[in-house]
Amino acid sequence: MFLDSDLLLSALRALTPILLAALGGAICERAGVFNIGLEGMMLMGCFTAVTTSWFTGSAWLGVLAAALAAAAYSLILAVGAVTLRGDAVVLGVAMNLLAVGLTGFLLRTVFGVQGTFDDPSLAGLPLVGGFTPLTYLSWAAVGVAAVLLSRHVWGLRLRGVGEAPDAAATLGVSPVGYKYGAILVSGVLCGLAGAQLALGNVTLFTENMTAGRGWIAVVAVMLGRAAPVGVLLAALLFGLAEAAGFRLQGLGLPQQATDAAPYVVTLGALFLTTARRRRRTRPSGAAT
Amino acid sequence: MTPPRAEPAVELRGITKRFPGTLANDAVDLTVRHGEIHALMGENGAGKSTLMSVLYGMELPDAGTIRVDGRDVDFASPSDAMAAGLGMVHQSFKLFGSLSVAENVVYAAEPRRFGLVDRAAARRRVRELAAEHGLAVDPDARVGDLPVGLRQRVEILKLLHRGARTLILDEPTAVLTPAEADALFAVLKSLAAEGRTVILVTHKLREVLEGSDRVTVLRDGRVVARLVTSETSADEIAAAMTGRAVELDRVHAPGTPGDVVLEVSGLATDAVRDVDLTVRAGEIVGIAGVAGNGQSELIEALAGLRPVGAGHVALQGEDITHASATERRLKGLAYVPEDRHAVGTAPDASVADNLAMGHHRTSLSSRGLLPPTAVRAHARRLVERFGIKASAPEASASALSGGNLQKLLIGRELAHDAPLLLVEQPTRGVDIGAIQNIHDQLIAYRDAGHAVLLVSAELSEIRGLADRVLVMYEGRITATYDKDAADERTLGLAMAGGSGKQVETVD
Ligand SMILES: Nc1ncnc2c1ncn2[C@@H]1O[C@H](COP(=O)(O)OP(=O)(O)OP(=O)(O)O)[C@@H](O)[C@H]1O
Ligand SMILES: [Mg+2]
Repeated sequence: MFLDSDLLLSALRALTPILLAALGGAICERAGVFNIGLEGMMLMGCFTAVTTSWFTGSAWLGVLAAALAAAAYSLILAVGAVTLRGDAVVLGVAMNLLAVGLTGFLLRTVFGVQGTFDDPSLAGLPLVGGFTPLTYLSWAAVGVAAVLLSRHVWGLRLRGVGEAPDAAATLGVSPVGYKYGAILVSGVLCGLAGAQLALGNVTLFTENMTAGRGWIAVVAVMLGRAAPVGVLLAALLFGLAEAAGFRLQGLGLPQQATDAAPYVVTLGALFLTTARRRRRTRPSGAAT
Repeated sequence: MTPPRAEPAVELRGITKRFPGTLANDAVDLTVRHGEIHALMGENGAGKSTLMSVLYGMELPDAGTIRVDGRDVDFASPSDAMAAGLGMVHQSFKLFGSLSVAENVVYAAEPRRFGLVDRAAARRRVRELAAEHGLAVDPDARVGDLPVGLRQRVEILKLLHRGARTLILDEPTAVLTPAEADALFAVLKSLAAEGRTVILVTHKLREVLEGSDRVTVLRDGRVVARLVTSETSADEIAAAMTGRAVELDRVHAPGTPGDVVLEVSGLATDAVRDVDLTVRAGEIVGIAGVAGNGQSELIEALAGLRPVGAGHVALQGEDITHASATERRLKGLAYVPEDRHAVGTAPDASVADNLAMGHHRTSLSSRGLLPPTAVRAHARRLVERFGIKASAPEASASALSGGNLQKLLIGRELAHDAPLLLVEQPTRGVDIGAIQNIHDQLIAYRDAGHAVLLVSAELSEIRGLADRVLVMYEGRITATYDKDAADERTLGLAMAGGSGKQVETVD
């Protein structure tokens, strides 16, 4: 039996970092900020989590520090795209590249190693019922984000800011404030995603260990149309693909092929949904 | 009801506002009393919108003071102005298309329960306000799906929800059908009767004469007349605006139709069904109809922006049914689209570049390059010929006032000298002086032997310009009238779908 509870469990584990990052991306998207810096923010989270946990001996301090560090890192996007009106895509790409270089460099200076740092005494996150507390947190975050976005005053204002910033501004709602808020929240969520990856899924730091999960989160935001539940479903699809990849590896397929599984699913999903969307948005009348 | 008050609702003293290269407001004094409908008129670029932006805290004046209800105020933002009881409906609406009517109305002033938006209360609030002021609209409708007239109601409801006592409306009827405009004025009058104050920026003399109590006229940033509506006339207002006597409702001589230029048979596309029409050289054919009856879709299909489902289109005898927009233009078609901001121009580009667009393919191109001197000279010629008020050809088009942007667009298209001109709403938001200028240009274009297909929501415009009038209703041409047979009543009836009295003419 290929689809069994083991596969589901490993899919749910693979899901957590993608889901956390994608929720952050969805909130940015709703505020009108296209955030493709998720990958870089997540990687900063991984490194900070491992370093802090190693020096303090506490995985929880690692989680906290990861959230703070990634939020601080996200300020690059906030200042660059919102205050200085730079291009969010260029900034996001730069943040992703910078994070790889920066963490690699720090790995060498702090730990004196290259490639990977791991040590049996590095404190990881505890498991409760098979999952880390961050996994449960990510599920709760879906519900909280859904309610906040659709029902809370903040969510309404945020959606308004994302859709028509000058309309929001004339009503006294500061687009700058809401965009900063959204970007910082995405920073915190990506930091948690990084902590989950480096202290939960495994207990180590490897250069570029996010390995495209941030990009997949970006795609999950698009597929899920920036709605928390939609993003959950999209992220679940990728989690399943990743888990299935591992399983296929066990069946003797080459690793290079199985590692590609989530990306193949990404491409397929993108094709399918854009084709569907295209058909639906055929010109039907001139909107004024 | 508010008791009549001695101090004015709004009092502007010596407001001066300078933009680089333009003195938009020059020591303007404006006094608006409680409970009146006060019209603010002036040519395009006279400084009306700027003055209202200053009053509403969107622009800081360089000099001058503002008093609201007798108190000195100093607005740093629209929220300050709102807190003082002002509310403004902007020339381009400020709405959230994907949100519901109720969400738009309560945005940033939401009824809450435990921090969550109380949707039931929001809906109730919209229904109450709507019933109280005759502004019926479905609170659950998505604003993006609503026609313009209803969107405007949402804007007004938004202000009323915030308790606005003075409403500023910048050209509220520019995009409305005549029936929608009448409905709006009924609402405004009842608001004034309740003791609220209305400041109305408009170009339409008829509305001012029928709907306002007093009029202030601006010219080149200065107040040139303060009039009491009941004691003035259209001629006096027009003269004050332009600084010369204006001949209103001029009658143009009919054209002399020649060969067929555009021939459409059995055309069908989204919202258009089975349309036959011909336009000849030397004639203007007008399409009248309530907005949303397929006129825009028809014109877009003819311009090559919308695929043709069935039927044939021929331009000067050549089949162009499936030709691209570029091919059509090269074959002799020019097009003035309805939406001058999103379709007609590139607001961030310069005036000169905007005027060069389209001409880059033909007259301005020299071995595939665009010589800047040619572009600039071309811009200067058109600015001069069409009286476009721009500080410099290099200025960005977004700094032009609405009416001047329209002149730019029309000028650019007329300059193509194409055998066929498609033109939608040529004088929307344009002042009376400029309307005459544009009308004269269109007539001259026709008399030069070109064919013109005109779509307009202004019946007076259709009747003044068109040699033949077609009425469009639910995607079909339901009636055709000769110039003389097309009186306002007959057209109005046909536009409403009353097909009984068709005066069909043979062509
Ligand atoms: N942001 C700006 N930067 C530079 N110039 C501006 C700006 N806004 C307006 N102007 C200029 O100020 C003058 C007054 O413009 P304003 O928009 O107030 O005119 P208006 O009376 O509202 O005209 P319309 O009837 O065409 O809307 C115009 O010459 C315009 O080009
Ligand atoms: Mg204006």
